[in-house]
Amino acid sequence: MISPLLEPILLRLGPVPVSGSMLTSCAITFVLGVGSFLLSRSLRAEPGKLQAIVEVIVTTILDQIEEVTRKQGRLYLPLLGTLFLFLLVANSLSLLPGLQPPTERLETVIALGLVVFVSVYYFGIRRHGLVSYLKHFFQPTPLLFPIHVLSELTRTFSLMMRLFGNIMSHGLILGVIVSVAGLLVPIPIILFGLLTGIVQAYIFTILATVYIAAAVEDHPQQVDHGHKETVGT
Amino acid sequence: MSVQVVSILGAVVAVCFGAIGPALAEGRAIQAAMEAIARQPEAGPTISRSLFVGLAMIEAMAIYCLVVALVLLFANPFVK
Repeated sequence: MISPLLEPILLRLGPVPVSGSMLTSCAITFVLGVGSFLLSRSLRAEPGKLQAIVEVIVTTILDQIEEVTRKQGRLYLPLLGTLFLFLLVANSLSLLPGLQPPTERLETVIALGLVVFVSVYYFGIRRHGLVSYLKHFFQPTPLLFPIHVLSELTRTFSLMMRLFGNIMSHGLILGVIVSVAGLLVPIPIILFGLLTGIVQAYIFTILATVYIAAAVEDHPQQVDHGHKETVGT
Repeated sequence: MSVQVVSILGAVVAVCFGAIGPALAEGRAIQAAMEAIARQPEAGPTISRSLFVGLAMIEAMAIYCLVVALVLLFANPFVK
């Protein structure tokens, strides 16, 4: 049995090994990027069918983000909306014959987790400034510093492992069921996997939103400071 | 027993007993959310969002057990 933790290397570009999940995630990025670019080039005040669909998607994501962050949802919309759409397409990719979801490999989820990890710091420092953001590690007492560091690391780890575990275990279960009963029986499981993929994309995005919202929220002592900074931006 | 057999048994035990706690916890969480939505339907979207986030947190425990089982089976440092 092939290990689900390792990924076979398809080809090498010089020193860089290229794997299947990397190719598929690049293809998803390319398709989504070019599609969004083409769709946003000819925006009109009276939307056609296609533009109306895209507007509904974007405003729904924006509403969901603003329900969590309560303000300035547009600041986080590019990152979180892209994450959600990428994960939605990536998790449902097993519907296309011959393709595997890239999120069932460790490399992809580690990359996505690192994106969230770095952007939490980016938005937090941008909102509060470097020193006063890092000060929250020492609140309420400096004794809690190791706990804060541990919680930051484990929540990123659990974020990536949740996505990886769900998508990859669905693939494993599907493989076991196909090897036992190949005809018609796997179809409900595939449907359930589609639901799992959508829910996991939602959960990943909403948790990233919650983490960012927690990083940019005003600490009681720093309310005035924080507001002064946002006026400028 | 050899190291391989112990690893396989360890993976089985990890997934079996690791799934019990999260299953009970998710049941309780969904029960509480259902009661809250039935009592206050207008708060439904907020409650279900918190429910999803909470379920993801609980589910992470089961996923950890799965990852431990997979490491035991496929990336065991004690099996050469």
